[in-house]
Amino acid sequence: VAIDVAIACAKAVFMILLVLQVMGLGVFFERKVSAVIQDRIGANRAAILGFTGLGLINTLVADPVKFLLKEDVTPEGADRLLHFLAPVIAVVPAVAAFAVIPFGDVLEVAGRVVTLQAAQLNVGVLYVLAMAALGVYGVVIAGWASNNRWSLLGGIRGSAQMISYEIAMGLALIGVVLTYGTLDLQVMVRQQGELLWGWLPAWGILYQPFAFVLFLVAGVAESKRIPFDLPESESELVSGYFTEYSGAKHLMFMMADFVEVVLVAALVTTFFFGGWQVPWLMRDGFHVFGHVLAVPAAWIVVPVLQVTSFMLKLIFFTFFQIVVRWTLPRFRYDQLMRLGWQGLLPLGLLNVMGTAAVILVWGAKA
Amino acid sequence: MNAVLFVVLAALTIGAALAVVTNRNPVYSALALVSTLALMSCFFVGLEAYLIWALQLVVYAGAIVVLFLFVIMLLNVQREERALPAPGVVASVGAAAGSLALGVAFAVTRTSFASMPPVGAGYGSPGHLARRLFTDYLVPFEITSVLLLVAIVGAVVLGKRRI
Repeated sequence: VAIDVAIACAKAVFMILLVLQVMGLGVFFERKVSAVIQDRIGANRAAILGFTGLGLINTLVADPVKFLLKEDVTPEGADRLLHFLAPVIAVVPAVAAFAVIPFGDVLEVAGRVVTLQAAQLNVGVLYVLAMAALGVYGVVIAGWASNNRWSLLGGIRGSAQMISYEIAMGLALIGVVLTYGTLDLQVMVRQQGELLWGWLPAWGILYQPFAFVLFLVAGVAESKRIPFDLPESESELVSGYFTEYSGAKHLMFMMADFVEVVLVAALVTTFFFGGWQVPWLMRDGFHVFGHVLAVPAAWIVVPVLQVTSFMLKLIFFTFFQIVVRWTLPRFRYDQLMRLGWQGLLPLGLLNVMGTAAVILVWGAKA
Repeated sequence: MNAVLFVVLAALTIGAALAVVTNRNPVYSALALVSTLALMSCFFVGLEAYLIWALQLVVYAGAIVVLFLFVIMLLNVQREERALPAPGVVASVGAAAGSLALGVAFAVTRTSFASMPPVGAGYGSPGHLARRLFTDYLVPFEITSVLLLVAIVGAVVLGKRRI
């Protein structure tokens, strides 16, 4: 029993570290991609004890330190307890959602089969949606507890936006769930390891291209970043729901945003791009046109390749979202609502109906 | 479910539920309601009904109470003033609640839980629940949907007298 607990803890710690690493890379992309897109060099002047050698990397180290050392202000008339709790409530569900995302197949060590997923849950998809839904509270509470009209407006906008886009997100996922016939993310990823006609990896994007687009749009909207950053929109609301936050708490809100970006990347990878699958790699080696290229020391090399593949896909989609963020302008609020309710919602319903009709006529995929 | 865990969770749930009705600040009441629902969902985990657990979090904690908060903030509801209703109202509500509690307690003590057959494997899994819901219980399910629709229509009619 002690060993099982240790394994479970190790998996959870590994997953959290992986997320934080990718998040750090995300911040790096944010700085560098924005600089390149705007034809700048980017931040390169931070000196740590007089040392400026690493340029942007220095800035990335200095930034959080700066935040942690700043004065933590609670505004007058704010609700102290909720003002303190809001950033925590914003971060925790975003990180907790990673518990059900598989980062590898299985690792067999000393007769023990360890599934590379922090928590095996037969309702994984719903768990992810639940955590996404709980993330709203951080925004709403922050907006209300700050005793500031801009914050309150940001909080109200945030709650309306997140509820609207959660519906689109859920509808997109129904098509996916219909295709795979399961709510278990690990099973979904395993199914994507099959080969169509003996050579084409059966990734979700081939079955559910429309769901992919809908999910990606809804996911970006859920993470409240440009073009959907109406809850923040600094040109109208100063900084929206976290106007009145400084120091470490402000940092936590930014962290929650970035973790959500990584979460959307992880979900897109898991549902549509084969999760940890490496094309043609099975547990014993590469299967190419019926030939098997065995991999030496497969028990450890295959899982390492899978985790690497998962990380690379994660990094790619994080990068992609940051490019989107620095490319598109912000929506107007009415455009945002129209896109959610009159665009994504009916399209999502159509996708569900279409998928169901196909399954009814031609039978399920498996 | 572990008995100690059950007692602790039950105490916390009742505490949170009491906080819902005793708080004078509507935002705190709503947050206490979220806590109550989240804690209640823990009992479903104890029963290995993971689907119900997730649905409870998605639907109630994630959507409905957020809407409550949204409305509270939009209307800018202030702290409620302490004012007791007429003694007759208090007495009759108390009597109704008391008799309901007595009835539930009576029903629980009269039910023999040992005689219930064990549930089969896969009971409460998404597939099993969906099959029961859309075959055996289809009519009640659809009637509930119609009821919700009626409520929505009623809200629109009340909200927009002049369309």
